[in-house]
Parts: sequence; structure tokens; C-alpha cells
Amino acid sequence: MDATIENIAVSQRANLEVFSGTLQHLAQTDRDIIVVTSDSRGSGKLVPFGQKFPEQIIEVGIAEQNLVGVAAGLASAGKKVFAVSPACFLTARALEQIKNDVAYSDNPVKLIGISAGVSYGALGSTHHSLHDFAVLRTINNLIVVAPADNFETEQAILLAAETDMPVYIRFGKKQMPLLSEEEKTFEFGKGRVVREGSDLTIIGTGETVAPALLAADKLEREHHISATVVSMHTIKPLDYDLLRNIAASGQPIVTVEEHSVYGGLGEASASFLIQNDFHNRFKIIGIPDEYTVTGSQTEIFNHYGISEGGIAAAALGLVR
Amino acid sequence: MLKVMSEKELAQKSVGYRKKILKYIYQAKAGHTGGSLSCIDILNVLYNHTMNVGPGTFDSPDRDRYIQSKGHTVEALYVVLASRGFFPESDLETLCKYQSHYIGHPTRKVHGVEQNTGALGHGLSLSVGTAIAGKLDKRDYRVFTVLGDGELPEGSNWEAALSASHYKLDNLCAILDKNTLQISGPTSAVCNTDPVDEKFEAFGWAVRHVDGHDIGELVTAFDALPFEKGKPSLIIAHTVKGKGVSYMENQLKWHHGVPDQQQYADAIQELDALEVTLA
Repeated sequence: MDATIENIAVSQRANLEVFSGTLQHLAQTDRDIIVVTSDSRGSGKLVPFGQKFPEQIIEVGIAEQNLVGVAAGLASAGKKVFAVSPACFLTARALEQIKNDVAYSDNPVKLIGISAGVSYGALGSTHHSLHDFAVLRTINNLIVVAPADNFETEQAILLAAETDMPVYIRFGKKQMPLLSEEEKTFEFGKGRVVREGSDLTIIGTGETVAPALLAADKLEREHHISATVVSMHTIKPLDYDLLRNIAASGQPIVTVEEHSVYGGLGEASASFLIQNDFHNRFKIIGIPDEYTVTGSQTEIFNHYGISEGGIAAAALGLVR
Repeated sequence: MLKVMSEKELAQKSVGYRKKILKYIYQAKAGHTGGSLSCIDILNVLYNHTMNVGPGTFDSPDRDRYIQSKGHTVEALYVVLASRGFFPESDLETLCKYQSHYIGHPTRKVHGVEQNTGALGHGLSLSVGTAIAGKLDKRDYRVFTVLGDGELPEGSNWEAALSASHYKLDNLCAILDKNTLQISGPTSAVCNTDPVDEKFEAFGWAVRHVDGHDIGELVTAFDALPFEKGKPSLIIAHTVKGKGVSYMENQLKWHHGVPDQQQYADAIQELDALEVTLA
């Protein structure tokens, strides 16, 4: 029986809760921290924020285009704005506002895509964001981040508040295990090696890093294969130095993402590698181009091999 | 400090602006001629009478803001900004040329431009956010945005209109450049938005109508802002597309038509004659 994220994550919080707590922490000492919501304060765990800082939360109702436009206007006047909405709506409905009002106009809004990927599970494709990495990667002047655990989420929010660039951060609502006790550095654009290995590398992002770690343990335990695991929390700018170092070993590479296999972490990595004469064996795990299966996030992950067993099997296929 | 200009001086300025709009569109062989001529009197009064912003105060957090939602009529904005000293007018010789910052829509690479616009239906939300920030910071600045009547069917305008009244943004003024024509035909035939005054009033706005080419009416309306305390203001400026050049007025083809040499000469001659009558 495979291990699951649920039974190793009980002591940790959801990244969503960490986001909410970090924002409250920031707002205590900074009146310029402004949250803009589109009827999403409940799903964004922002009710306590609204109670404590009623003047620092702007509600626009279910109107994502206006959410992003208003956020850009606030940012242009010097506010540190977090525009919070489910990732599916934020990055599709308001894509033109992200492109023009935020990125092109260089208004440093922090776009927070909550319940990202397939977090909404059986609510279906209307509520899934499996396109966001792909579309946002093509927009100039935007940092794209998918933190894996509570630590990365907290750091990403703190950094986002300080940076003068537009940032998109997406995460889910499930409790997440801590990836690593030791390494405590976090920088946008710098992937984190959360497990050292010698036979292959598994590169995950966001909530897929945890199953990647489980898969690495399984490979070690059952097959004596030693896998490096990377949390590539920043999709753009991608950490090309780290990719180059990984590829230089000549070992196989598996990428795992809660996103379409088109246009995300895997294809971005492959594009860099092939153009730099690296020809490592390579496998992209993600959501295939099909009508997504119905189920919970975990069931969807398992169905498409974003799981201990699925990732390990893909790795074995490349190593042998 | 802005020099106080008489209505006569402002009217004279408008003629000069019209000539410059035509000059630079003619030279660039590109531009939105009709719409620039319909909104130029509004921009003239905003920048030369109403707003407390100039090249020296553009970095001030207390400056009034102008966001051009109908970004395509950027030539009108360029000639006004140049005349206010935001940049040398000679920069406009590069309009739409390779590597120029002076492109066919407003961008912040041009000094004096607040927001990059061009896609329609964006200016009002940006203005709402900027106006909310002013209220939060207890600053007295005001936010102005010019909307085109052709862009009103963009749903984002109505999302923003709701927020503007919800947050009681009486520091926000939208001006509708109602020239009644858009690229495919009469706005009423493409997608009728009338009665637009009643729609905005129903959304919680205070609305006034003006002749968008009557300097006196524009001055009076801007001086009366906000029309109602606690409400955003909408000025419906009834305008003529192509205003000031008789063969362009109300003619659809001048939406982004570029005059040829003879047409350009005719237009300038007509405006020169008007200038003489205003002198």
C-alpha cells in the first residue's frame, strides 16, 4: 500500500492557512498591505484578516476582471496588494487584466491563486487550473511561483510583499508535509534540493513535491535507487543553473506537476535542456490532454500517476 | 501651478491640438483620427484647467490622475502632454516608428502616462483602484478616465461601475466620449447602450450631460465635481467623431483613416481659418 500525503502531513497546515496567517502578520505592521477579494474571503481563509484589518480588505464581489484591475490601480498608488481568487478564475477570466494592467503596466500586484490545480477535485474542470503555468509563463514581467510546503509558502508571501515586481503564487488547500528540516533558504528563481540522490532526479513543483519525496523513498527502499528531489517552486524565472547542474550528471530526469503536461514545468525544463545540448532521458508527469477524471485531488493525482507509486514507476522506466 | 486660462484661450488651444493631431497622424501614416478629434476638447480642459498635474508634479502622491480607457486615441493625449511640457514635442516625430516609445496606445514609457491601456474596458477598474487608494490614504487627489462609447459593452466596465458606487468614490470622474460611432458602424446599431445615463444612475452614479466640444460646458462640469457627495461622477460628453474637419465629421472611415497630402492640406486650411476667427 502506497503512503499518502494525508498520513504524513497531519502535523502541518495547508499552505492556504499559512498564506492567510502570514498576511495577517504583515498587515499588523504595514497599513499598505491590502487584500482584494472576489467573494473569496471565505475560501481564501481571510475572514480573520477582514475582522482584524477591515480597512485593508477590498471586496469587489464575483468580478475577477475588476478584481485584478482594481488591484492594479491600488498598486499604482503605492499599496502592497494581494489579489486573491481561485486560481481557475483569476488566471482565465482575468487573464487580460493580468497581462495588461499588472504585468505590462508594471503594477506590482501579488496575484494569489487559491485552490489551484485540481484542489477542487470533483467540482470539475471549471474549477481546475491546469493552464495557469502555461499561459502566465508567456507573459513578460511576471514571477510565477508554486510553493510546496508551509515554509515555502510563508517565504513566498513575505518575499512577494517586498518585491517590486508582479508575482503570481498558487497553492492548494490540503495539509502539506514539511519537505525538509535543514534547508532554510528561499529565493524566487532558485529551486531547492530537498533530497540528495545519485541515480536520477525528480523535479516537482507545488503540491507534487511531497509525492515525489515519497516516490524517492520507495525507490530507495524497494529498488536501491537513489533519487534527488527538487522543489522547483518558481516556474518563471526557471532555475536554469540548477537544471544545468542536474542534467550535467547525465542521469534521467522526471518532472511532476499539478498542471497540464503542456506548457508547464516539464516542457519549460525540456526546452531549456534540449537547446543546451543535454539529452538526458526525460519524462513529464502531469495531467494529460483529456477530459479530467472525476475525483478528489488525491484520487486525480493517483489516477494520473502523480503519486508515490506513479512517480516511482516512471522513474524506474527511465533508469532501467 | 497651472496658469488660469480663459475659455477663449482654451478654445484656441483646442484648434492647435487638432492641427498637431493631424500632423503627427499624417506623418506616421497611422493613428485614430476621428476619436482623437472627438476627445481632444475634454483632454484640453482636463490638463489645462482641471487637473493638478504637470511634469514637475507627476511623481507626487497627491497629483490628480488621468487614465485613458479608450487608449487608441493616444494622439490626443500625446499632443496635450507635449504642450504641458511632459516631453519635447519633437519626440512625436517618432510616433509609431521602429523602437519609438510613442506607440499607438498609451504606455508608461512616455512621461505623463499613468497606465498602459489599449485593450478596451480596463480604464475604469484601474481608476476605481486608484480612487480607493486615495480614500484609504485620505489624499485629496481625483481620478479621471475617458471612456469611449464603443467600449461600454465590455462587461468589465460594469463590474467597475458597481465597485465605484459601492465604495462611494466621489473622487472618481469618468467622462464618456459619446461620439456615437465605432469601427463597425453606429454604436446604437452595433450594441446599443442607451439610455446610458439611466444605466449609470441605476448603478449609483451622478450623471451630467455636456456638449463635449463646448469649452464652457466642460469647464462648468469639471468645476462642479463631485456632482453628488458619496457618488462617482459621469460626464456624458456628446461629441462628434472627426470634429473640426468638416469632411471627417461623423464619417466612419475616419475612425483610423489617415489623410493623404491634399486631405491633410485641406484640414489644416480649415483649422487655420477657424483659428483666425478665434483670435
